[in-house]
Amino acid sequence: MCAYTNWSAVDSALGMLRALSAVKEMHARARNYVSESEVCKLESVPLDFGDYHPLKPITVTESKTKKMTRKGSTSSTSSSSSSSMMDPLSSVLDGTDPLSLFAAAADPVTTAPPTDGARRKRDKDESSAVGSDFEPWSSKRGEILARYTTTEKLSIVSGKATTTGSAVSEKVRTRLEELDDLEEGSQKELLNLTQQDYMNRIEELNQSLKDAWSSDQKVKALKIVIQCSKLLSDTTVIQFYPSKFVLITDILDTFGKLVYERILSMCVDNRVSLPDNFSPESVNDTAKETCLNWFFKIASIRELIPRFYVEAAILKCNKFLSKTGISECLPRLTSMIRGIGDPLVAVYARAYLCRVGMEVAPQLKESLNKNFFDFLLTFKQIHGDTVQNQLVVQCVEIPLYLTLYSPAIDWILQCIAYHAPDCCDDALLLNSVMSAFRAEFIAARSMDFIAMIKECDESGFPKHLLFRSLGLNLALADPPENDRLQILNEAWKVITKLKNPQDYINCAEVWVEYTCRHFTKREVNTVLADVIKHMTPDRAFEDAYPQEKFLPFLDMFQKESVRVEVCKCIMESFIKHQQESTKDPVILNALLHICKTMHDSVNALTLEDEKRMLAALINGFIKMVSFGRDFEQQLSFYVEARSMFCNLEPVLVQLIHSVNQLAMETRRVMKGNHSRKTAAFVRACVAFCFITIPSLSSIFTCLNLYLHSGQVALANQCLSQADAFFKAAVSLVPEVPKMISVDGKMRPSDAFLLEFLCNFFSTLLVVPDHPEQGVLFLVRGLLNVIQDYTWEDNSDDKIRIYTNVLHLLSAMTQETFIYHVDKVDSNDTLYGGDSKFLAEINKLSETVVSQILDHLKTLGKEETLKRQSQLAHYFFNTIVAHGDLRNNRLNQLSVNLWNLAQKHGFADTKTMVKTLEYIKRRSKQPDMSHFTDLALRLPLQSRT
Amino acid sequence: EVLSGVVVITSKDTVQHQGISLTMEGSVNLQLSAKNVGVFEAFCNTAKPIQIINSTIEMVKPGKLPSGKTEIPFEFPLQMKGNKVLYETYHGVFVNIQYTLRCDMRRSLLAKDLTKTCEFIVHSLSQKGKLLPSPVDFTITPETLQNVKERASLPKFLIRGHLNSTNCVITQPLTGELVVESAEAAVKSIELQLVRVETCGCAEGYARDATEIQNIQIADGDVCRGLPIPIHMVFPRLFTCPTLETTNFKVEFEVNIVVLLHDDHLITENFPLKLCRM
Repeated sequence: MCAYTNWSAVDSALGMLRALSAVKEMHARARNYVSESEVCKLESVPLDFGDYHPLKPITVTESKTKKMTRKGSTSSTSSSSSSSMMDPLSSVLDGTDPLSLFAAAADPVTTAPPTDGARRKRDKDESSAVGSDFEPWSSKRGEILARYTTTEKLSIVSGKATTTGSAVSEKVRTRLEELDDLEEGSQKELLNLTQQDYMNRIEELNQSLKDAWSSDQKVKALKIVIQCSKLLSDTTVIQFYPSKFVLITDILDTFGKLVYERILSMCVDNRVSLPDNFSPESVNDTAKETCLNWFFKIASIRELIPRFYVEAAILKCNKFLSKTGISECLPRLTSMIRGIGDPLVAVYARAYLCRVGMEVAPQLKESLNKNFFDFLLTFKQIHGDTVQNQLVVQCVEIPLYLTLYSPAIDWILQCIAYHAPDCCDDALLLNSVMSAFRAEFIAARSMDFIAMIKECDESGFPKHLLFRSLGLNLALADPPENDRLQILNEAWKVITKLKNPQDYINCAEVWVEYTCRHFTKREVNTVLADVIKHMTPDRAFEDAYPQEKFLPFLDMFQKESVRVEVCKCIMESFIKHQQESTKDPVILNALLHICKTMHDSVNALTLEDEKRMLAALINGFIKMVSFGRDFEQQLSFYVEARSMFCNLEPVLVQLIHSVNQLAMETRRVMKGNHSRKTAAFVRACVAFCFITIPSLSSIFTCLNLYLHSGQVALANQCLSQADAFFKAAVSLVPEVPKMISVDGKMRPSDAFLLEFLCNFFSTLLVVPDHPEQGVLFLVRGLLNVIQDYTWEDNSDDKIRIYTNVLHLLSAMTQETFIYHVDKVDSNDTLYGGDSKFLAEINKLSETVVSQILDHLKTLGKEETLKRQSQLAHYFFNTIVAHGDLRNNRLNQLSVNLWNLAQKHGFADTKTMVKTLEYIKRRSKQPDMSHFTDLALRLPLQSRT
Repeated sequence: EVLSGVVVITSKDTVQHQGISLTMEGSVNLQLSAKNVGVFEAFCNTAKPIQIINSTIEMVKPGKLPSGKTEIPFEFPLQMKGNKVLYETYHGVFVNIQYTLRCDMRRSLLAKDLTKTCEFIVHSLSQKGKLLPSPVDFTITPETLQNVKERASLPKFLIRGHLNSTNCVITQPLTGELVVESAEAAVKSIELQLVRVETCGCAEGYARDATEIQNIQIADGDVCRGLPIPIHMVFPRLFTCPTLETTNFKVEFEVNIVVLLHDDHLITENFPLKLCRM
């Protein structure tokens, strides 16, 4: 097994000490590491690496999910009204004159006698459609009329009550045109009316509508209604508009009622009127046809506002046509209002639609909501040029103008809020209100809002959003002085109970601003304390980071120490709870910001402990960052981090380690075969380390990192870079101080140095020689440095190191080294056991051995005998392990050392016995027979 | 199909007659517009009516009718003349398609023959096959306009929108959306103008006439920018019919979206429609 090669002759012992000094060479025994390790190694267990392999192509197992074709169950209701429609020309009963058709169409209406009983009955049922707890329009009506008055002169355009017959003569003129305008001649504008005159005039119109209706002049009635609704598009004398709205919608109501009753009366079959909740099927065709005729007539009204109002007025008549008619009409009418440009006119149109909608179908809430949201969408128009110009012309101030909206908005909201199915809607609206209205308005009523928010159902719209909206408003505008503290108290009471950290932080961030604006440090502190409490670990609020407001929120912590404290909390929980590494740019950005904040808090006065903690947190973060296979990105992140955290050494150390790891990862992915690109990348990593290490102040950290990075460079076949690392390490060794501070205490550094040097030598075994430098350039360099290093006077470390160097040198003489770096040719391959190379090693070992022996000699004094014994034993062990003992001189040297170790009784008997046993055991192995002789020559000294 | 009904004869005493007959007539009358030909010609050159249907049946043989009210039921099959197509009843300005039923009571030489005429309406059956919706998106900007004299003087605007379909079922409203994305000048009004185009072709050439048959305002005043305004127009029953195209005449429909700005700029976008009955 062990072939012993001749290394060199050893001048064997004369006297013990003399003998020692004579032996200048060492014969390393040849080793067969493979077979040795086979003998020694434990039984190997095959490792299962699983399926994962980085280079394995990514296979995506396709999972086909059956596509669920969800066919919307669209209720085909829209056609119902039209399917029942008859031929549009069917009403042409005689002649070709289109104008005569109108009369024909209206004919059936007139023929059916109204039955009073039915009407009364229906009146009753109409009022019962909405519960008595709904504040009816009638009560609002008076209020509005009393409030919105004017002293301005009004004008009205109206038709004189003339018969409609005159138009018939014009053949080409269509009846549609006729509907649009009353005869030109009969039209006149009444100017300079006082408010009272105006109201009288409208009342007159109302009366003439009733008259016209009762005298079967349906066309005229319709014209009057159209004329009236046209007035609503006129916003001159704007402050009177709400009242005008009230007056005119009265007329519309009358009209709607008349039409409904007339059609209902036509449905009477055999003197039996329809039940209250009739279905469209029970309506006879004549009634349907009449009803349709009305809708067609209205649909052809030219102008938008009259068309809207008149159709809304007879909305109820949809009941005759189809069950779903109303639910289809309401959304259509709602969106129709979008065409009304003037926001005031539009909001009143919405109010009217809501009113009619509530009367007819209170269950249809969607349109109500949609109306409101549409209103909110158009709210910005109020500040548009058109409205502003109008206000200037009319000399109306904005505040006054805005109050004109309130009756309509109040009404819409009342409708929406009425019997809202759940508070969700309420809260939703509240939220919309808060986001739509000006902050001043909200702020002034914030106590009311808080009360409302508190009433909201927990299960509905999330409360924290409401508080957030409120908080946003309060950040913009100040609430009344007296309420401020109470507002904060009330709001914070709710906010602090929020369990979900994200909800909490959403709220808190806006409320902190409010607190900062209005209160003293004490309150701010309380709030911050609460925030921190919520922020502390045990809460998975890392999701909160991506909040765009998160960083500004942090910036609000103005006192730096508090801010850093918060940052620390955040990082702690991040490290604790973040399971997977991340590359989310938002999180990265946010956390970098946080880390930067922490890092920037470091100054000359910062305690070591604090620094270490911050560094640990930042390190934790850096470790969690992974861009997966995007190594370049990863490296640039590290570069960025380095520039950000340059004041915290542990972070730099971590970065170097991370970069080294990155380089090794690259190597792993490439299976050690670097492409041109990855080689360049790896060199970039190495360069990163090389320039970062010198900025560290701790020498041992530098040394270890040089060594470590050198190993990495070597592993990645960056030979010259590795050389540079090792050279840097070698040249740094002389600077190692005698004492270093460890955990705040001064300790001698030699133990660390010894450890490092051993480590270093082990590495140097595989480092190939530089072609331009001499043989074993680095080893020599290191030995020189060790030689020149000022060691402690009473220390044997240098000798111990020398002894270890012998281990290295004996390993270097082997034909094949014990270990290699993959893809790097070490000296064994480079020199191939060349005799010159071996001679160089022999020369070196000679020097080292003589150094050791010299040292042993100097230890001959009484007080150093124990050290002498220990060193002698250590050296003996080295020779036994690595030397070729068949060489007589070496054999003799070992015997001498053995004796020296025991000479003064300082040897540990147990150890000596064990050593001897080992030698005897070795002698039983093949080719080791000379150990038997050796064992015989080694006497054991009893300590008696 | 069969035209059915009753003829009601009311008389104080018995009526002697030489037979009662029903005549069904259907014809297309084309009239050239005064715009296209001279006024004089317009009256002379009324194109010859095209007869589509003309048939007579004998209801009652000569005899006597009793006094009081007599109801005579009848059924009259609609039979085309030759290979003519039965068009829908249509009353336009220059094209008229009319069907009449005439009841004649021939009487002895001494008394005048009694005639009563009644128009009846022909409604084509639903067209076979599904109507494919043909949505149209449109964008109106100063650049898309034609017939602009001074493009530079135009205010900037951007109006987008779509019609859900230009193939319309006559009983269903025309629908779509329109968004005023931006407009420098305030919007005064946006209207939908339904235009009927009648084209008469005859020996003298052909005449094409457009008539506005309905105008619906969909926006009044300076509407909110960016908010979709619904386009919704019910086709007037009396003035529309399925789009008709024959060798001699055509009836087509178009819709114009008319945007009126406050500085009195009038922007019109035209869309041909195809109406049909389903």
